[in-house]
Amino acid sequence: MVNHELQLDRTFAALVDPTRRAILARLEQQDGASVSDLARPFAIKLPAVMKHLDVLDRAGLITRSKVGRTVTARLRPEPMKAAMDWLRRYERFWTASLDRLAAYAETREAAARKAESEENDT
Amino acid sequence: MTSLTLVRRIAARPAIVFDALITPEGISRWWGPDDGPVLLAETDPRVGGKYRCRFRMQDGGEYESFGEYLEVSPPERVVMTWRWADDAEGPGEMLVTIELRPVAEGTELTFTQSGFQDEPTRLGHERGWSGSLDKLERHFAEQRVAKGADHVA
Repeated sequence: MVNHELQLDRTFAALVDPTRRAILARLEQQDGASVSDLARPFAIKLPAVMKHLDVLDRAGLITRSKVGRTVTARLRPEPMKAAMDWLRRYERFWTASLDRLAAYAETREAAARKAESEENDT
Repeated sequence: MTSLTLVRRIAARPAIVFDALITPEGISRWWGPDDGPVLLAETDPRVGGKYRCRFRMQDGGEYESFGEYLEVSPPERVVMTWRWADDAEGPGEMLVTIELRPVAEGTELTFTQSGFQDEPTRLGHERGWSGSLDKLERHFAEQRVAKGADHVA
């Protein structure tokens, strides 16, 4: 499904940026943080943080809620889980397959060496 | 999309490993993540040639993947496109590169799978977001245990 692909693209694109990863890591520690709280550790201005939050929001990685003048951001794990499931599916397939490939090639190598040494003996 | 890199050191010469990678006899011995059978292995290992492989897992699930060879350079390098045949939700066509390098004990195999629109994500990967993923995964796993499995639907 195209939507599913688009979602994965957005998730991975959102995770490329170190500031956004730091924001996610912060929200992982703390369930809900205000925008100014989130901006404090970074040497960037509030509007720049807002832009990063927009990207994370579009990727569905956070939710924002506004009470009075305070905007609070929270982590939303579902897209991250989908991205991880996607990564793991390929990783499982190839990790196990390559182990089996190695075992098979090593059997063939042993057989080839045996055949070669028998040739040398005759 | 993203990329996956795996490295294996194999006690076999590159020519033998390469043969196992591209021949139906070879592929039918290793393709698939468990000891379930390979049901179909067809290859035409030349530039532009196609391959198709189908395997059954021990849980009964059957999966088919297919693609096209973009480079076949024995015994060093094979590049092919790769996709699941029935994966409507998947990321579409991926690029698989397998490189073989002779080493003292035999062969060092480097496997890379990447998407065609890979550049930004690959850069991200190199900058280390995979560590963040692991960390977040642990967090969510703990959260699931703490709040019940239906929390993360």
